[in-house]
Amino acid sequence: MIQIDEIQRRLLREVADLHQVPEGAYNIRANGEAVGRVSTANIDITPKENASGIDIRIKPGTKNESVHIPVVLSKSGLKEVVYNDFYIGADCDVVIVAGCGIDNCGSQDSQHDGIHRFFVGKGSKVKYVEKHYGSGSGSGKRILNPGTEVYMEENSSMEMEMVQIKGVDDTNRTTTAELAKGATLIVKERLMTHGEQNAISTYIVELNGAGSSADVVSRSVARDNSYQKFDAKLVGNDACSGHTECDSIIMDNGRILAVPGLEANSVDAALVHEAAIGKIAGDQIIKLMTLGLTEAEAEEQIINGFLRN
Amino acid sequence: MLELKNITFNVKSDDANANKEIIRGISLTIPDEKLVVITGPNGGGKSTLARLIAGIEKPTNGKIILHGEDITEMNITDRARKGIGFAFQQPVKFKGIRVFDLIKLAKGKNISMSDACNYLSAVGLCARDYINREVNGSLSGGELKRIEIATVLAKGSRLSVFDEPEAGIDLWSFQNLIEVFEGMRKNISGSSILIISHQERILNIADEIIVIKDGTVAANGSRDEILPTLTGTASALKECSRLTASIGGAAV
Repeated sequence: MIQIDEIQRRLLREVADLHQVPEGAYNIRANGEAVGRVSTANIDITPKENASGIDIRIKPGTKNESVHIPVVLSKSGLKEVVYNDFYIGADCDVVIVAGCGIDNCGSQDSQHDGIHRFFVGKGSKVKYVEKHYGSGSGSGKRILNPGTEVYMEENSSMEMEMVQIKGVDDTNRTTTAELAKGATLIVKERLMTHGEQNAISTYIVELNGAGSSADVVSRSVARDNSYQKFDAKLVGNDACSGHTECDSIIMDNGRILAVPGLEANSVDAALVHEAAIGKIAGDQIIKLMTLGLTEAEAEEQIINGFLRN
Repeated sequence: MLELKNITFNVKSDDANANKEIIRGISLTIPDEKLVVITGPNGGGKSTLARLIAGIEKPTNGKIILHGEDITEMNITDRARKGIGFAFQQPVKFKGIRVFDLIKLAKGKNISMSDACNYLSAVGLCARDYINREVNGSLSGGELKRIEIATVLAKGSRLSVFDEPEAGIDLWSFQNLIEVFEGMRKNISGSSILIISHQERILNIADEIIVIKDGTVAANGSRDEILPTLTGTASALKECSRLTASIGGAAV
């Protein structure tokens, strides 16, 4: 039985939809220590010897299995850097659920920097879900700085869903990816910042192989006095296709900087970027008001829909 | 019953000091259990009138009375809650909000998927194909229009206002829409319907027709009274003679 307290249990629910011990392989880290770890026949989780973190090795041909590696912090002032490496063999079809929840009731900053590296084998299909959540009434900040590196072999595909809706004060997210021939990367980022929060999200996706493709889409809402920066760069080095999109709603005194970047180093690279920032469209609010919603209720529905996966 | 009493609506014109009158002293009544069609030339103020009724615009002068209550100062939400439904001429698109969500919001309570589907079927959409789709640009004009009407059906208003339901849809979709309005006319008990339209087939199912021109009521009466004056040979001849004049009086 895993020993965690109520706050940690709540955080686990928020970041990984976990109500009990997950099925399949998992590693649950609470306040800097592993509190539960299970490997399966095909998925092996081992702690790193000379650094904090784990190695996850998935055997070639593993299908329809999942790995959960949530992290929860409920102690004020805890700062950690964790390195998790995923080695996914060829021809796998797996779901990886990560995520970090911080509850900080104290006055010191709590910080979790998770550095994830994915080595996706030939023809493998990976779905990666990562949710970030913060709670607690303390003055100490809740800080998450995830670094993600993705190395994709031929004809592999990866879909990444990264969600941060509430409570994280400072985030600096960096995601890099290198795609070989025929590889496909889809990124869906959902972000909402409020209060005095800051969130920076940087992507560098290198399309190195012929037929590789990437679609990086961010939808975000900046409320109150919060600030966001979305910096997505696609580099096309061969016959490839890439699309990046930043679609944002600003409210109150929110501020957003979108920096889409495209670099084509091959005449056959087809790269597109779109970016749109604006307040909620007035006619959307009016439509919902004609259905009987108040202005505030209408705004809430529009934002909920906008940030839905 | 909805009464408009001497409604005027002005907007600032290009010349900043002058006001442009869009609606110029309109008084009219939409009786209970009647389907009333407002028609007239483009730019005559029809859509503005519909938006004034829904509360999207506020009149410069005049009163709007719904079932004996003065709603002139009420906002859109309160009017919706008092029983006014409004279908937009250009349906609004959303990101992430699904057809099911919109119908649920219109209904104002949690409803089952199958209940929501009934409203889509009523507007001639195969519910299964649409219920989980986002109300966004991936839907055609005709699809959006029918979904818009489905939301008004789901809301179940005492007065439903449709602003040019035929605008932006193809002929085949329009055929279906006529049936929707015919169905609503049959089940009008306890409610009334106001449609802004140019379409003869919609005028054909009206109980009463109001012609709005240059911001005023040009004609108002039963369908049998008004319709012949709109579609009859007299008005058509007038158009012809104007055309003849414009091309220099050559024989037509």
